[in-house]
Amino acid sequence: MTSLAVIRRRAGRWALNGAAGVALAYILLPLIFVVWLAFFRQEIPSFPPEGYSLKWFAAILDQRKFVDGFSLSFRVGVLATLTGLVLGVPAALCLVRYNFTLRGPLANLLLMPVVVPGVVLGTAMYVFQVEVENDLDVDVLGTFYALVAGHVVIVIPWVVRLVTASLAGVDRAIEEAAQNLGANAWVTFWRITLPSIRPGIVAGALFGFVTSFGNLEMSLFLVGPGRTTLPIVILQYLEWKIDPTIAAVSVVQILLIGGAMLLTDRYVKLARVV
Amino acid sequence: MARLDIENLVKRYGDFHAVRDVSLSIADGEFLVLLGPSGCGKTTTLRMVAGFIEPTAGRVLLGGQDVTLLPPWKRNAGMVFQSYALFPHLTVAQNVAFGLEMRKIPRADIEKRVEEVLALVRLGGYGGRLPRQLSGGQQQRVALARALAIRPDVLLLDEPLSNLDAKLRQEVRVEIRELQRQLGLTTVMVTHDQEEALTMADRLVVMNEGLVRQVGSQRDLYERPADRFVAGFVGRSTFLVGTVEAPGRFRSNGGLGLACSGGMAGPGVLALRPERVEIGPPIPSGPLSGLDNCLPGTVEFVSYLGALIDIHVRLSTTDRLVVQIANRDGGFAPDVGQSVHVGWPASAGQVFAE
Repeated sequence: MTSLAVIRRRAGRWALNGAAGVALAYILLPLIFVVWLAFFRQEIPSFPPEGYSLKWFAAILDQRKFVDGFSLSFRVGVLATLTGLVLGVPAALCLVRYNFTLRGPLANLLLMPVVVPGVVLGTAMYVFQVEVENDLDVDVLGTFYALVAGHVVIVIPWVVRLVTASLAGVDRAIEEAAQNLGANAWVTFWRITLPSIRPGIVAGALFGFVTSFGNLEMSLFLVGPGRTTLPIVILQYLEWKIDPTIAAVSVVQILLIGGAMLLTDRYVKLARVV
Repeated sequence: MARLDIENLVKRYGDFHAVRDVSLSIADGEFLVLLGPSGCGKTTTLRMVAGFIEPTAGRVLLGGQDVTLLPPWKRNAGMVFQSYALFPHLTVAQNVAFGLEMRKIPRADIEKRVEEVLALVRLGGYGGRLPRQLSGGQQQRVALARALAIRPDVLLLDEPLSNLDAKLRQEVRVEIRELQRQLGLTTVMVTHDQEEALTMADRLVVMNEGLVRQVGSQRDLYERPADRFVAGFVGRSTFLVGTVEAPGRFRSNGGLGLACSGGMAGPGVLALRPERVEIGPPIPSGPLSGLDNCLPGTVEFVSYLGALIDIHVRLSTTDRLVVQIANRDGGFAPDVGQSVHVGWPASAGQVFAE
């Protein structure tokens, strides 16, 4: 009887490990292929490779639209993330600290943009910006700041979600302790509250930035002539050509984002807040 | 240090009265303990003194100055929180220095004061550690040091020992009390633990349902409880329900006629301290026969506590009494089911009108 139980437990563990392995492979395999492909020598992707080369990485720099797209995506991502923090952190504080009517619906509303399909969000943004443009008679659609405004909407859910999670682990009494020791509400916020939710803020900013940087669907509606983000540049390139340049661009992206995550993880343990 | 006066303090949340009408005066250097079950309003009272809760009515005076409307950061009250509330991202020294920095004290003086205070709580050399690297007892002492560093007018302790294990708690009680005496700190402590309250306080305040039930010394509360609640909350009492037939005559609902001291005619309860009741073998002419009350009964339950033994004795269908005896060699120690006699003098029983 005992040995049967041991076998069953072992079989259970194997099944679990196996399932986890399959899931992991499912996620990683496309990435591995993309990375592999970036080093193929031949122009048409086919297996097995005829040889290996780094020329596709050099090819990225030769194409101005990749460099410009990268630059635009980066600037939009940074600005949208900063704005998202300024709006999202106070929102998270309110949601956790105050009990008011419509708190539940408001919390859901702030998380909504990650749930709504990007195309729907993009259409809504597009229509809204056209309306604003017509009513105010100023250029809105296609401008840099209108694009940033759209991205702020998809950054906020990450900030709110991760800062909320971080706040839940903070003992409310530490703020009272600070006030008891002579710190007013403002000093308490800067010196006590903010540092204790820093992991949530950093993680929220990171994920918000990554989301913004990789966003395609919404950006498609909001970009103007001559102003295209990196994902759009990639899409447009793919319509004409399939060569490993795209794979090389993806590798650069993966390295940048992965690097940012590793760097962040050194200062705040992402596993603790996500 | 300063005296603290609480005048007719009231806190209402809608229809709920957290604190009904509390007035207390705490003398300079006095250690006052607010004792009561959870939800009795003791913590709300303390938090109103600290300034975290705005009272619905009443005043708080610190050193004669009305601080009722001042925000917490403008009152010079040092508080030790139940969870200690140490700043997790700051070192021990930075935690202790925080209040001093808020007071814009020069850096060199801050360092000196931090060292002094840490030495006072026997944590010299721990300044560079983070709170999470300390044990619970050490964290508690950092919290105390942090509150003491600002030289508060009044020290407020909110269940400061409830997160410590039993053995450490006993040590820290004495430590805090000695420190408080040595520094002459005006102190208000909130606790639900009566043993803690009795060992630490100069004076105790028993609260229940937002009201002060009794204020007095340990002896006052134990020997002369003001009402049935205090009699049951401070120490233990067995309550026999019945009627006071005449002053000095009590009849339980189970039909026992008992001698008691005082009381007004009418429905009431007779409270008896378990250790004031004697127990002996069922011999009518035994040593208990000289007492005002001497009754036969049956042992229903015995709990052996080591130094003491609790014996639950059935006196009638509705009356049961707890007798506590010292565990002595050769002492009378009945078993469950045994017939016994219990007895007590009339003065041991206190009657409260119901």
